[in-house]
Amino acid sequence: MVDNKTLSIEETNRALKGKRIRSKAGKIAAMVFVYFVLILMYAPLLYITVYSFTNATTTGSWSGFSLDLYKNLFNYGSNAKSQAIWNAARNTILIAVVSAAISVVIGTLGAIGIYYTRRKWWRNTLEFANQIPIVNAEIVTALSLCILFVSVLHMETSFFSLIVGHVVLSLPYVVLSVLPKLEQMDPSIYEAAMDLGATQTRALFKVVIPDIMPGILSGFMLSVTLSLDDYVITTFTKPGNFETISTYVDSAMRKGGLPTQLRAFTAILFGVILLAMIGMYVKSALDVRKQNRKLKGVD
Amino acid sequence: MEAVARQRRHRFNFRGSLNIPFVVFMVFFVIIPLFLILFYAFTDAEGHFSLKNWADIFSSAEKWKTIGMTFLVAFATTAICLLIAYPIAFILSNKKFNKNKVLVYVFLLPMWVNFVVRTMALKDMLNVAFITMFKTQLTASYPLLGTIVGMVYDYLPFAILPLYNQMLKMDKNQIEAAADLGANPVRVFYKVIIPMTVPGIISAATMTFMPTMSSYVIAFHMSNGKLPIIGTLIEFYFNTGTGGYNSGAVLSLVMLIIIGFSLVAEKLSDKKDDSRKAGIW
Repeated sequence: MVDNKTLSIEETNRALKGKRIRSKAGKIAAMVFVYFVLILMYAPLLYITVYSFTNATTTGSWSGFSLDLYKNLFNYGSNAKSQAIWNAARNTILIAVVSAAISVVIGTLGAIGIYYTRRKWWRNTLEFANQIPIVNAEIVTALSLCILFVSVLHMETSFFSLIVGHVVLSLPYVVLSVLPKLEQMDPSIYEAAMDLGATQTRALFKVVIPDIMPGILSGFMLSVTLSLDDYVITTFTKPGNFETISTYVDSAMRKGGLPTQLRAFTAILFGVILLAMIGMYVKSALDVRKQNRKLKGVD
Repeated sequence: MEAVARQRRHRFNFRGSLNIPFVVFMVFFVIIPLFLILFYAFTDAEGHFSLKNWADIFSSAEKWKTIGMTFLVAFATTAICLLIAYPIAFILSNKKFNKNKVLVYVFLLPMWVNFVVRTMALKDMLNVAFITMFKTQLTASYPLLGTIVGMVYDYLPFAILPLYNQMLKMDKNQIEAAADLGANPVRVFYKVIIPMTVPGIISAATMTFMPTMSSYVIAFHMSNGKLPIIGTLIEFYFNTGTGGYNSGAVLSLVMLIIIGFSLVAEKLSDKKDDSRKAGIW
């Protein structure tokens, strides 16, 4: 009896130990897999970054460390290709910010309107319409806008059509970011503001908008992200001589020979995004710590 | 008196009326253009009813091949993305491996570099690697492989994100309960984990399948122009000027029908799903 019991404890211990070892092996395997995929995902950008520090005409051949590509890139006054790259970068940012701003205004008002609509069928219709650009293939959206502008309205594609294209792309996501915040809002605060004599507009700006601000901000960031990453809609709606980074890189690749300073530009782009992400991460970590302190009453 | 006046004022739905700009924008730039696609698909260049565009496209063996190739690339990309993204999302959603979500950000970061730039970098790197190893360019010699590799590389983060969001919502107690009740890990995976993550799988699949069909840029560059997909054809018709819009509209309508089918499939297997892109921020 006693023997039996000790044996079973030993057995359990052995089994537990086996399980622990197995789970440790599993953990190591999991981490190896994750980092392997990560390395694959970062390899191309790191590769370009490494070769941005040599002035060989093509990647793959190293002709010694040099900052020539960066010098070329920043010497845009006398280098037409560098100037074209910076022009494209400026255009990309311009479109992203302008279209995101427009999307945020129309989308926020739209979401408020959708949320406070009294008729259920109208709300459903609007929410359905909002889903269309999300589920639709980008190239179909792009062609449909192109038909509208060029063939029906007989307009040349212009900065206006380009902005419209990008707003179509991001507007639904602004609505989707704002709607949940409206649902979380306490409706009695708006009523209280009205009872205390605020006009509807004032109540809207002083109560509703501040309350849904996080949704508006994430809608804005999402719009900027989508616009920066876009190629298809840009190609179909941009005016002829207007290039963004994506269309510039595409046409340079089609012509063959990529300008070498593009490697330096890609490395800078990668670096800036890396820094921005680290910054955002540190900020959110600090925010969390601050909140935790407040909860504990230390602050 | 004032109360009555306020009541009356309330009857005009101020907040409900704020969506007027939204409605106008959607009607002009989303709804009307979609009807234009429909109209253009069934008319000729003069605006008369015609089925010639359909006949032209669907009588061409080359076009059929392109459509088939699009499906092949899209299915392969989606399958490979899911196979890689699923375990990654599972590991990332597990607190044991990923305490402070840093890894999630690390995985999503490449999304902020424009995908054309990323494709350029990938093509450059793979071609150099293939030349040193096999004495031939990947994109020139293996257009299909190159295209699929390019698509997987560009869309993997889009597959990870919805799966990750879904797995965060997963009820961990059910997994433990199943294990405690004697199910082996394989059984737990099939009977508990997979069913709980179906909505995430579906949105990850649509998030990769749909854009794959439009992304003719990736297909073009990763195959040195040798592997056209539906998007490539639409772009070709777009470049031929207004005369090509009708044929482009036919292909767009075909894509809309495919999208419609996949949406129905999505609806049938899933109720409500908010784990799409909106979760990035």
